[in-house]
Amino acid sequence: MPDAFATNERNNNAVRLAAVAAFAAISILPILVMLSTSLKTQRQVFSGDFSFFMVPTFENYRTVLEGRFLGYLGNSVVVSLFATVLTLVFGTMCAYAISRFKFSGRSPIAFGTLLIRTVPPAVLAIPVYFIFTPLHLDGLVGLTISYIALNLPFTIWLLYGFIEQVPTELEEAATVDGCGPFRLFFTLILPLLKPGLAAAAIFTFRIAWNELVLASILTNRTSRTLPYGVYLFITDVGIDWGQLMAAGMLVALPPLIFTFVAARQIITGLTAGAVKG
Amino acid sequence: MQLGSGFDRRLTPYIFAAPAVLIMLFGLLYPVVEALRLAFYEVRLGEQMTPQAFRGFAIFAEALSDSSVRKSMAVTLQFSVIVVFVEMALGVGLALALEKPLRGMMVFRTLLVLPMMIAPICVGLIWRYMFDVNVGPINGWLSVFGLKPAWLADPGLAFFAICVTDIWQFTPFVFILALAGLQGLDQSSVEAAKMDGATTLQIIRYVKLPLLAPILMITILMRVIDALRGLEVVYAMTNGGPGLSTELFSLHIYKSAFVTQRMGHSAALSIGLLVVTTALSALLLMWSNPLRQKGR
Repeated sequence: MPDAFATNERNNNAVRLAAVAAFAAISILPILVMLSTSLKTQRQVFSGDFSFFMVPTFENYRTVLEGRFLGYLGNSVVVSLFATVLTLVFGTMCAYAISRFKFSGRSPIAFGTLLIRTVPPAVLAIPVYFIFTPLHLDGLVGLTISYIALNLPFTIWLLYGFIEQVPTELEEAATVDGCGPFRLFFTLILPLLKPGLAAAAIFTFRIAWNELVLASILTNRTSRTLPYGVYLFITDVGIDWGQLMAAGMLVALPPLIFTFVAARQIITGLTAGAVKG
Repeated sequence: MQLGSGFDRRLTPYIFAAPAVLIMLFGLLYPVVEALRLAFYEVRLGEQMTPQAFRGFAIFAEALSDSSVRKSMAVTLQFSVIVVFVEMALGVGLALALEKPLRGMMVFRTLLVLPMMIAPICVGLIWRYMFDVNVGPINGWLSVFGLKPAWLADPGLAFFAICVTDIWQFTPFVFILALAGLQGLDQSSVEAAKMDGATTLQIIRYVKLPLLAPILMITILMRVIDALRGLEVVYAMTNGGPGLSTELFSLHIYKSAFVTQRMGHSAALSIGLLVVTTALSALLLMWSNPLRQKGR
């Protein structure tokens, strides 16, 4: 009897493993399609017989990088890095103020932030165009400001949870020792928030790196960022799928790498708010 | 505190909060107010809001009676209901089936997150290729059965295709949230039900799902809000066509601003969208307010 039970349990596990493996396979299959198409010649792509097997060629990547794409890549890197660093610094400071101080304006800031975090980018697109253009804030500076604003609510809200877990005794002791509030924050609190900062950094970078709507209205030929650069591969005469997929792979690569390096932080970020703890 | 006088100390929180608050005021709140103002003017791209261009509530009324707006609302409603329902059913179902700790689960969860991490524009383009009538892999596989549907050229099939894409992208999100919720459940009530001789299905129906309900409601709300905000995937896949069959509301707002250049019209619609997403967001806050999770 115990043996039958053990066999049953083992079979059960095998079935469950197969199910989750299939689920994961479906999730990555289209990404593998993009990868394999990016490595094919134009003739192979347009033959219509899709196959994962081919003699890989980097021709598409070379063509893509020879055009304006390299400049777009540079713009994307600059905007995303600035947006991420500034969002983290300002967001954590604000979360710290909400968590540790009682001041008038605390509740409006806290609830306003939470309420505004779901503003659709399409709602922002038109007014941002009207406001930023006369101020000469179109281009990369304006885009960076927009991305910081867009990412602050989530960052404040995520980091607030992490700051709440830091025992206040630590700060009380440091204050008694004569440590000012700013030194305290930057030397004592910030280092303790590393897991939260990592999760917030990945989400902020991802949004800034992937964003298309605001980028399409705030940038021009020289200040374009990658996502819109990819979209420009769709032309009236048709689509060179190999090149398009190569461009797409280049855009997708940093978020893919982050996911493999920091899956745990990403899942923390995804479940924050819905699941406690 | 040694350095600060009382005045300095009272100023400290404001200094900490100021940079973030100022940027959010300028980058989020001011644009929203400006959109509200724009909704009363009939202006095109590059024009100013002059008194001559003031139309008052006429633009709202016009927008509501516009047939393309109504069509877009219907498409968005259908889309949201279908994808959120299917994603919840699949995601929660899989989470219930795979709840027990499984070796290698972290690896699988990592792979499942990938579709949510890559740029929406990439997701749209990948699936545009997948569904391409001539060179797409899906028709490549279907050719075995002698089938060659023109997915993105047929209104019904194109709508189906954008649903498939969203379900592909976000079922893992529901799965991961539901799994985290299940693993955080109080096991004693499940054990008690088992002792009373409840079947697996009864335990799911009468113990697990009710305990999971708050998390599931939050997940549904998050998904609906996202479905209302998104436009990039569809922009890349179909650009709303053929006809208006896949024109989601956010995409309609974007296109009427920057393609047909009816700013007032677009701003009026965006205020409507904002009211809906903010109401849902407020509802979400009632269920799950991170500021009230003290001591966690």
